[in-house]
Amino acid sequence: MNQFSPKTLLAGLAVATALTSVSAALPAQAAELRMAWSQDATGLDPHKQTAFSSLRLLELIYEPLVRLDADLNVVPAIASSWEFAEDARTLTFTIDTNAKFSDGASVTSADVKASFERLLDEATSAAARSNFLSIESIDTPDDATIVFNLSTPDVPILVAMATINAAVMPAAEIEAGTVGTEAIGSGPFVLESWEPNAREVLSANENWAGGELAIDGITISVLPDEMAILASLRAGQTDFALLNDPLVATLVPMEAGLELNRVGVLNYNVLQLNPSRPPMDNLLVRQAMSCAIDRQEIIDAALAGEGKVTGPLTMPAFAQDPANLFCYEQDLERARELMAESGVDGFSATVIAATGEPPVAASEAQVLQAQLAEIGIDLEIEMMELNVYVDAWLAGDFDMAVAQNGGRPDPYPMYNRYFTNEGNLAHVSNFPDDELDSLMKQGQAETDPAKRVEIFQAFESRLAEQSPWLWLSTGYSYTAQRESVSGFTPSPTGTLFGLVNVSVE
Amino acid sequence: MSYVVQRLLTFPLILLGVSILVFVAIRLVPGDAITAMLGTEAGLLTPVQREALAAYFGIDQPIWAQYLRWLTGLFQGDLGISSIYGKPVLTVILERFPLTLQLSLMSMVIALSVGVPLGVLAASRNERPSDLVVRVLAMLGQSTPNFVVGILIIYVLSVFFGFVPAMGTFTPLFADPLASIAQLIFPAITLGFAFAASVTRISRSAMLDVLSDDYVRTARSKGATPMSVIWHHALPNALIPVVTLSGVEFGYLLGGAVIVEQIFALPGLGRLVLDAITQRDYALVQGTVLFIAFNFLVVNLLVDLAYVALDPRIRIGRR
Repeated sequence: MNQFSPKTLLAGLAVATALTSVSAALPAQAAELRMAWSQDATGLDPHKQTAFSSLRLLELIYEPLVRLDADLNVVPAIASSWEFAEDARTLTFTIDTNAKFSDGASVTSADVKASFERLLDEATSAAARSNFLSIESIDTPDDATIVFNLSTPDVPILVAMATINAAVMPAAEIEAGTVGTEAIGSGPFVLESWEPNAREVLSANENWAGGELAIDGITISVLPDEMAILASLRAGQTDFALLNDPLVATLVPMEAGLELNRVGVLNYNVLQLNPSRPPMDNLLVRQAMSCAIDRQEIIDAALAGEGKVTGPLTMPAFAQDPANLFCYEQDLERARELMAESGVDGFSATVIAATGEPPVAASEAQVLQAQLAEIGIDLEIEMMELNVYVDAWLAGDFDMAVAQNGGRPDPYPMYNRYFTNEGNLAHVSNFPDDELDSLMKQGQAETDPAKRVEIFQAFESRLAEQSPWLWLSTGYSYTAQRESVSGFTPSPTGTLFGLVNVSVE
Repeated sequence: MSYVVQRLLTFPLILLGVSILVFVAIRLVPGDAITAMLGTEAGLLTPVQREALAAYFGIDQPIWAQYLRWLTGLFQGDLGISSIYGKPVLTVILERFPLTLQLSLMSMVIALSVGVPLGVLAASRNERPSDLVVRVLAMLGQSTPNFVVGILIIYVLSVFFGFVPAMGTFTPLFADPLASIAQLIFPAITLGFAFAASVTRISRSAMLDVLSDDYVRTARSKGATPMSVIWHHALPNALIPVVTLSGVEFGYLLGGAVIVEQIFALPGLGRLVLDAITQRDYALVQGTVLFIAFNFLVVNLLVDLAYVALDPRIRIGRR
């Protein structure tokens, strides 16, 4: 037997690491959370930012009037209570008098008013402005009361306000034009420093009205390769991480000492058809395609099984069982019949997809290609860099597109842009339909929750039956953590606000 | 000396060409800073909002006007402001450069200190087993992509030793030399791996050439020891191709090691350019590429000068 066997060497190393980690754990109370993600925030102005990481960062620094809990219920944030007038044309909020900005100033109705006026000002260039166009005027009867007067009954505006894009910022900062550089919010953390694409340092905001935090702060490191994030978690350099790639996420539970948090999200994977181009303008062709694809097989083959078949509505409160929707079970015979009936004898088309966005886009396109070949459709896959893809997508310049689109807790803000006649992205969906338009408008004005569900389910059934797009699946959002971290609750919106309850041993 | 001046005089012309090429190329690619920031949400902007953003990013004017503005700035030593970092482009580049320089130097030291001895060894044992082993290793090293080597190193370190090099930010050499070298040693090995393999192959074949030369036979016949023949007589003359290779390779390394920086999460020039391109930070792309091109020119000049030092017969610049 060798004197220096690998075993003794490893045992020696293990003792050495054990010793060093004990000494390292003693002085600090480990009250700082070391977090990692692969894509960094792209800016600090909550009204303007739309990138996933930016929103996740800003949700820790700023607060909207209301936010969504893990079950997508609207719960208090800066506002302690709110009320719609009966005609859904006035929405009144009472502001929590304890709410303070990180510089110590109280949050008043004047700050809320200034924030919404900034959001609505076209010079601000806030993409989220389109959700708030029904705001006609804003009154501030006193410091703690704010009243939104709406031009039309608009129930979903409350949910639209529950995003960080409607964050409240100090009126003084807006006046000074320092929003986006100073990052003064009323949220649980204060941004101490930000080196783009490298690191941000957050410290606990002692002025936060939501209560005391169990951690002193968070350091977020940008590690672009998710396998490296996994290695860093394994080696104990990172406590908590956000993961995008389902293939990396599925490796986490196999690691001793690591835990995976997985929660179904509102985003959906979809094959967008372009109904303005033949033969996709033919309803029978679109329906044949819907019948020809096997949605579960796409999930199994392209998403490593990480997803659920979904119809257009992904929020549990509105979604119906996909089995009720048109041709959600693969039916090749019917697909061939529909194709024959359509008079189109097979065709070729190009499908665009973005490289790495989502990570599974290319595999999804490949499975779709194979499935649609069964009914004589010859798909050519064109992979594009994300920006190039976005450019083509926004111009509506594609036959078909593999996409992962954002979901909302309410169907109206989620689909209003695509399937109402004046929707901002109607030129991308290219599917003007009076019935969809009218159902959307009914849903916007209806105040009775049960009736809203009924209206939007009719909307969903109509979409699935008309098949302008083929909705495929909805996935999960993943965070991974070391066992020393506890208390995090994930949310379908992807928010990391659950970090306020986290403690590190 | 006049040679150096002559070469230096061509620099501005080459850099001007590079700048025009990059300026046009990056703007020909579909998508702009607005779609890079907002993604598909950019479709929700009204025309007024779009114009406001275009003015903010400085892309509201015709391309030649943008170029003239950039060029005017350049002559005043101003490379523009990076939209990602909100800082002058030159400041951002100079913050990133120390890492890239140190990483390049470390990989070069590794490559040369491994590659040259191995090449010499192989050449002196031509066609014997040790030569074959070195040649197979060199072939393997050259054909293994560095993302494979990098990921493998991280995997082995984290699984078997519970350790990964510090990631995310960089500890500069002057702040903490040990930590700095420790952080870069594995990325440097990753980069040095293929580099060492090329050095091995080049120095082996150069050595073989030289060893068959007359003066080597003369040295042997005069009774020089085999060691002395190899190290004193043959090696200095075999180094010229190695210097050429190292120079070119070093020039590439100074341009940033995109993949290795990505895997090891190092904030170097490679990732800077990549992020600048994906986020359509035009000023930053422009400035960084210009900086990299300048480095490349300087390194090439230095390589040429090194020839003179190595081989007194070479007299560049004189006809």
